[in-house]
Amino acid sequence: MSTTVDRIARERAESEAHELVRAWDGRAAGLGGFLGRIGNVDQVGVEERAAGLAKRSIKRESKLWALDLAIRMIDLTTLEGKDTRGKIHALCQKAKRPDPGDPTIPSVAAVCVYPALVADAKAALAGSGVKVASVATGFPSGQTFLEIKLAETSRAIEAGADEVDMVIDRGAFLSGDYAAVFDEIVAVKASCGQTHLKVILETGELGTYDNVRRASILAMAAGADFIKTSTGKVTPAATLPVTLVMLEAIRDFERRTGRAVGMKPAGGIRTSKEAIAYLVVLYETLGPRWMTPDRFRFGASSLLNDVLMQIRKERDGRYSGVDYFTLD
Amino acid sequence: MTTSRDHTVTKRPASDAVGRGTASPSSWGFGDGQAIPWEYAPAPESREIVKLQSRYGLFVGGKEIAPRSGQWFTTLDPATEEPLAEVARAGVEDVENAVAVARRAFRRSWGELPGRERAKYLFRIARILQERSREFAVLETLDTGKPIKESRDVDIPLVAAHFWYYAGWADKLDYAFPGRTAQPLGVAAQVIPWNFPLLMLAWKIAPALAAGNTVVLKPASSTPLSALLFADVCRQADLPPGVVNIVTGPGEIGLALVKHPDVDKVAFTGSTAVGKQIGRAIAGSGKALTLELGGKAANIVFDDAPLDQAIEGIVNGIFFNQGEVCCAGSRLLVQESIAEPLVEKLKDRLATLRVGDPLDKNTDVGAINNAAQLAKIEELIEAGVAEGAELYQPACDLPERGYWVRPTLFTNVAQSHRIAQEEIFGPVLSVLTFRTPDEAVEKANNTPYGLSAGVWTEKGSRILKMVKELRAGVVWANTFNRFDPTSPFGGYKESGFGREGGLHGLLAYVRLEDR
Repeated sequence: MSTTVDRIARERAESEAHELVRAWDGRAAGLGGFLGRIGNVDQVGVEERAAGLAKRSIKRESKLWALDLAIRMIDLTTLEGKDTRGKIHALCQKAKRPDPGDPTIPSVAAVCVYPALVADAKAALAGSGVKVASVATGFPSGQTFLEIKLAETSRAIEAGADEVDMVIDRGAFLSGDYAAVFDEIVAVKASCGQTHLKVILETGELGTYDNVRRASILAMAAGADFIKTSTGKVTPAATLPVTLVMLEAIRDFERRTGRAVGMKPAGGIRTSKEAIAYLVVLYETLGPRWMTPDRFRFGASSLLNDVLMQIRKERDGRYSGVDYFTLD
Repeated sequence: MTTSRDHTVTKRPASDAVGRGTASPSSWGFGDGQAIPWEYAPAPESREIVKLQSRYGLFVGGKEIAPRSGQWFTTLDPATEEPLAEVARAGVEDVENAVAVARRAFRRSWGELPGRERAKYLFRIARILQERSREFAVLETLDTGKPIKESRDVDIPLVAAHFWYYAGWADKLDYAFPGRTAQPLGVAAQVIPWNFPLLMLAWKIAPALAAGNTVVLKPASSTPLSALLFADVCRQADLPPGVVNIVTGPGEIGLALVKHPDVDKVAFTGSTAVGKQIGRAIAGSGKALTLELGGKAANIVFDDAPLDQAIEGIVNGIFFNQGEVCCAGSRLLVQESIAEPLVEKLKDRLATLRVGDPLDKNTDVGAINNAAQLAKIEELIEAGVAEGAELYQPACDLPERGYWVRPTLFTNVAQSHRIAQEEIFGPVLSVLTFRTPDEAVEKANNTPYGLSAGVWTEKGSRILKMVKELRAGVVWANTFNRFDPTSPFGGYKESGFGREGGLHGLLAYVRLEDR
């Protein structure tokens, strides 16, 4: 008897929560205490703040540390139709030993590939400590069926993915069906189990900073371990102001819920100078606790060689040619 | 001169009792925070670009001349208290001479010159200012103590922009006021303050020259150097001698200048007390007058505002130029429903402000301009504590020498407190709360001043309503301390009268006649 009462009560609570999500327009009232005050973002203000922070310069010793950190934060990425086992193998070697001539250079954080290539990457990286991240859920558009998204996630994990980078359903988000986006993330998170989940917002398609903030909080509330700007397939990809908006959302979310969520700007970050500007924004917004690969990643490919080049320049006092660094 | 440490409020034993900030924001977390080697490099602009003379005379008739008074005074770098240069202390006879020279230049050359010719000189000045912008930025920072970030990115670009803008009007005066002919007034006496020395010079000189007036300008005694370097720009631009004259000295020289009978127009920017004195001194003389005086601006944040950007706006509103800004947003009016999270975010943000060497481009808050001002700020901070407001200052290190005040925040401030009523002219923010838009307007207007105000809300209709009801010359919406040469600037009530900037600013330097 009591189990029936419990079941009815639980079902009612669930449906109420569901209604709340459905009724939510992204603003304060709807989800109330659950999501807190969403707030909004002023475009001029946030862009100005990001531009101001980009003018900061850091000390030489800090710079070497920051460049080393940047390497340890890189998710070395290849997401192309022409990716092959050979390409993945080469990239994994580069990920393990970015500069074969210099043993002090650390490995990158992870290699990020399509699900079908996870097993190859896993084999190539065995024992190295470099993680394998797999994109999933109909990357990059996300325009496929939920069952397929969940199946893709599970298969990627079975193949050995340590981290899953899912995309949100931007169509649903932009049509106001936040509940669908929320439920989908919850479902993917459930099929991830212990596997680390990064949620790609594809900010270049969201149109406004208000939407970026809203989607960030939605994704975090739904269980994201990381929020990530872009697939790299849409322009603009990561930008400094978008990253700032997401970091501020992370800060507010932690303050509200006590849960620390990571951040991954991806796409378009090619130079050390840009990477350091991102780290300045990270430091000024979230402080030292986030200055670690556990909480911040760069989704990048060509960034790695520029960082290597800068490190060598800082040490030797002169630049080496591009051919002194391997392409992959 | 005592050392800076004695000047800082946080040195006082009472400060711990009233609440001190932490070295880093609370949201950064302590305990599990790791120590990381993250330090910003001191990135000072080189002083080398500025060639300081050991002594500067008066600039009269296109030449640097020794003062007839035979007296000199020293101008200091407020960040180090080191002397920068000796500057002429003009006497009354020097003022007489300068006005006579300006009158001659008005009669013989400038007043008769066609507008398009005057425009050439103004465009030339604008271009030279841009070319020498780094030199001006460094000098301005040395003499005022403001961060190089601001002199480089705000002051000097705006200075050039003002000259560009008014150069454009010089040959279009016939079309500026439809149906009316604009005639120059004659000799303008201009007295400017120490917070934006070169910018205030530009606000005064550019429209005056565009309209065909000649000027005698007196910079503030603590910040004369950029005006004297501007004299060099006038020479470089081949400006006819006597069109721009610069006399340096104390306030009484400024008063002698504005009282001079052969002056046709008086323009003053500075404190309300001196403004009143000038108003009284020239009453009935027929001189045209514009005054730009003090302020106690309300920065009003509604509960639907973009909070993180509002924080930036609040910080920029009160800590821009160490709060030594007549239109500074020194009263923060927050809707009560968001007061707690907003103040929390604000305290966090204050803890990340970098106070120190003004020449370092990573510096956010520089030095207070002079010892007298420092004393005044400290007195008002003490008054705030004594009246029962709650003090918060981040625990940042301050340099050993120089005039410094930590960014200061007062909560639990009542409308009747001195810190909510008097212009502090320093990095001190008073936080008050309101419940409804009407109450916000009421509190914002409840001050003898009316120079500027800020409104932070996502609701367009509310912005428009507030703009209509706020009695302030400038109302910024979702931003603060934003200036443009095309936009008129000036105050209601004790904040002055007349407008500078834009067409309104031009009007203040012409006499309109029927065609």
